[in-house]
Amino acid sequence: MTKRDLIEEVNRKFPRLSRRDAEIIINSVFDSMVDAMGHGERIEIRGFGSFVIKHRRAREGRNPKSGTVVSVAAKRVPFFKVGKELRLRVDGKGSSE
Amino acid sequence: MTKADIIARIYEKVGFSKKEATDVVEATFEIIKGRLEKGEKVKISGFGNFVVNSKRPRKGRNPQTGEEIVIVGRRVLTFKPSQILKKGLNSISS
Repeated sequence: MTKRDLIEEVNRKFPRLSRRDAEIIINSVFDSMVDAMGHGERIEIRGFGSFVIKHRRAREGRNPKSGTVVSVAAKRVPFFKVGKELRLRVDGKGSSE
Repeated sequence: MTKADIIARIYEKVGFSKKEATDVVEATFEIIKGRLEKGEKVKISGFGNFVVNSKRPRKGRNPQTGEEIVIVGRRVLTFKPSQILKKGLNSISS
């Protein structure tokens, strides 16, 4: 499933909304999550999972091809931890509701 | 940030009613969960991909007792962030 499929499915489920409305809402959902993470905020969606930002320190790395030492800058990486309900459902052990 | 904050942003900024925003956001996550439950991959461009992986059973050890146990095979969900998300985290200041 892609974002486009998701928009279409939401659109079918809510005939009162136009396709454009469905698109705006779904884009806002993910944009607001990207923004929040950009500000280092933690996101928690009950039954789905949480997103936390982990900090990676600057380190020295190596170009695996040439062997030259390169410095890798400190960075922030997103980390997703699946929620209990979804974890069980994915594993075929949850209720579908 | 919680689901309520996401919903609030949608009805404040985009001008849908609170009820509408709530229903659509709830449905969005429910649709994604339903697809993942079926083992389907969900790709959200600009955000990332959610992928279900199968883990084979393997042998483990109870670290407290040293007892050998079999860790059963199972299906797990992984998230691979998109390049856009990764870049976004390292350009906007917090």
